[in-house]
Amino acid sequence: MSDQPPACFDLTLTEEQRITRESLRRFVASHIKPVMRQADEAAQAPAGFYKQANELGLCLMPIPEALGGAGMQRSPIANMLNAEDLGEGDMGLAIGALTPLSFVNAVLDFGTQAQQETYLTPMASEQPETATIALMEPRATFEASELQTLAQPVADGYRINGVKNLVPLADQARFILVLASVEGEGSHAGFVVERDAEGVSITRESFMGLRPLSLNRVALEDVVVPPSARINVDLNRLLDLSSIGLAAVTVGCCQAVLDYVVPYVNERTAFGEPISHRQSVAFMVADMATELEAMRLMVYRAASRAEQGLDFHENAYWCRAFCAEKAMEIGTNGVQLLGGHGFIREHPVELWYRNLRAAALLQGAACI
Amino acid sequence: MINLELPQKLQMAQQMSHQLANSVFRPIARKYDKIEHCDTPEELIPVGQMLKSMGMSSADDGSKAGGGDHIKNGANMMQVLATGEMSWGCIGLMLSIPGLGLGNAAIQAVGTSQQKEKFGKLHCAMAITEPGCGSDSAAVQTSAVLDGDQWVLNGEKIFATSASRGDAVVVWATLDKTKGKAAIKSFVVEQGTPGMQVVRCEDKMGLRVSDTAAIVFTDCRIPKENILGSPDIADTAEARKKAFGGVMQTFDNTRPPVGAMAYGVARAALEVTKALLEKEGIRFAYDRGLNNSSALQAEIYRMEAELEATRLLILKAAWMADNKQPNSKLASMCKAKAGRVGNRITLKCVELCGSLGYGEEQLLEKFARDSKILDIFEGTQQIQQLIIARNVLGKSSSELK
Repeated sequence: MSDQPPACFDLTLTEEQRITRESLRRFVASHIKPVMRQADEAAQAPAGFYKQANELGLCLMPIPEALGGAGMQRSPIANMLNAEDLGEGDMGLAIGALTPLSFVNAVLDFGTQAQQETYLTPMASEQPETATIALMEPRATFEASELQTLAQPVADGYRINGVKNLVPLADQARFILVLASVEGEGSHAGFVVERDAEGVSITRESFMGLRPLSLNRVALEDVVVPPSARINVDLNRLLDLSSIGLAAVTVGCCQAVLDYVVPYVNERTAFGEPISHRQSVAFMVADMATELEAMRLMVYRAASRAEQGLDFHENAYWCRAFCAEKAMEIGTNGVQLLGGHGFIREHPVELWYRNLRAAALLQGAACI
Repeated sequence: MINLELPQKLQMAQQMSHQLANSVFRPIARKYDKIEHCDTPEELIPVGQMLKSMGMSSADDGSKAGGGDHIKNGANMMQVLATGEMSWGCIGLMLSIPGLGLGNAAIQAVGTSQQKEKFGKLHCAMAITEPGCGSDSAAVQTSAVLDGDQWVLNGEKIFATSASRGDAVVVWATLDKTKGKAAIKSFVVEQGTPGMQVVRCEDKMGLRVSDTAAIVFTDCRIPKENILGSPDIADTAEARKKAFGGVMQTFDNTRPPVGAMAYGVARAALEVTKALLEKEGIRFAYDRGLNNSSALQAEIYRMEAELEATRLLILKAAWMADNKQPNSKLASMCKAKAGRVGNRITLKCVELCGSLGYGEEQLLEKFARDSKILDIFEGTQQIQQLIIARNVLGKSSSELK
């Protein structure tokens, strides 16, 4: 985080951010866009995708040098920009690529020195391990402040029971940071559970969208972890960082929608001229562009407040509420503008529509 | 470097405007809404003098505010912030401050240094709309004919803000009706010039204290040098486009402040609403997800998010102007967004507060009346959408009508 607050309102990227952005965009163009449809149909990430994504070093950046990382300053803005760029390629793969980083950020923000050593070193090794966060639970009225997964203090640590769902990459992660209510404390904490621990069972789930991303139900039955596995997570901060990260991913996706429909409505003719010459079509495009710009600015502000160490709870809440609503509007209008063609899987707008629906309900992933 | 917080200098300017709105405008907002037709409210005369002495009229370039590298937070940002705060108090009163007319903005944008010198100190209104032309400002029928060293104006203008109280009016007129946009020029006509007559001030739904005049010009003679910009009619299509484009560019600078008015009145409504609801025991703690909150809480949270989105679009448009980046698209985006959000929020706040919202004990009903015009003047919602769409789609005005 910066040592000094910036002097004035500014939307210009730093040189470093510009360079990273360029390389991320190249990666998206070569490794995501060409395979996103295939990955959606196959309901899995292309072979080697996470290895390639890991080579971008996103996850390595903030890990201290002593633990094998790059030792860069932890930067919510940099992460947010990466989320936006990856989201422009594919939301599912973007969230997947950001999943280990999300865990790293949580351990850096809330873990002790010893916990950072234990959990981050394997993630920065030659054969990096992956890790994830398990927050959500399968209930329609799920509320993050009222977790039903329960950790009971026992003689040798904590015994955890409960069911988590929508957990990205749980099937391939070595560490799962499980958020749970702590019995007798009236509050919650995070517990790092190893995937192979006794009592953990993982089942792949299928959703309307985000299909290339492995999302899993994680059932915990009398899973016992040592006291050292408990991380005192500030759940609000974690949720807020996730709200901003996911909103950034949707900003990227909405940009892809807009960039796709603009040439389409310019080329598609009806009644003897491009349909974009009709106000009913053109005004939809105008509103999509306007709301997208607003979404982006809200995300940038929230991330920059987080970067500067200012309070950002309300900003993150606004990001989530606003971006989820506008993103779905953009998603549905993206299909509408293509008419019947939009409904056909030959075009990507239906895929974006399915993915964007997740923006309003997914929580706890892509923490910046 | 990405930072969307305001530098201290701008925050201080904003606070000063807020104090002015809170101590001068708010207490008299209801009174003047009732009085409606009057001379410049006496409470505003010292305000106009103070702003003038501080150089807060559009004449100031304010580039000293902010700082840091080569990025500027200057006059445009200052203006939207001040406008937003004053509008939080009362938009009608703000528009009645002597010296802050739209005509002043036009003179600043396109006037020569002599014109700025001569008219800059006056309160200049702007007269574009006619009974037969509104959004289609290229269809102006008021004519200007050069006779020796004077222009002779004939025609009728309506909806001219401050044209009755102002010292002068910037009038749009055509030199040749057959030549369309390219022949449209603007002229400064000083109050009291023979042949110029204010025929009435409109009775309006909102912004009542602000005077909205109809003016008739009958062989009204003004000095030759009162034309803003060049008196030549461009003869090539390219040059014609450029000439009218120049006139329209004034709007890139005036739209963000109008967006700021909508932001200001919407924030005012939201604050009053939250205070009323909190009195009745409703808390806004942002402690549960949107759909696990009460309908009332969720509505407030959504409106606050919309308001923040609006504010940031306005700031970006102004920031681009301060940094000499072309901001036509952003200016229209922020105006479109602010116009619809401002109207929606003020109306919703009346609804959420029930009988208290609808009644005249509170200012909520006034805010809801005032906000409607902000989605209309300085380019309607639909005109903004057209501009944005043409920009995003790469279409000309002849393709996307």
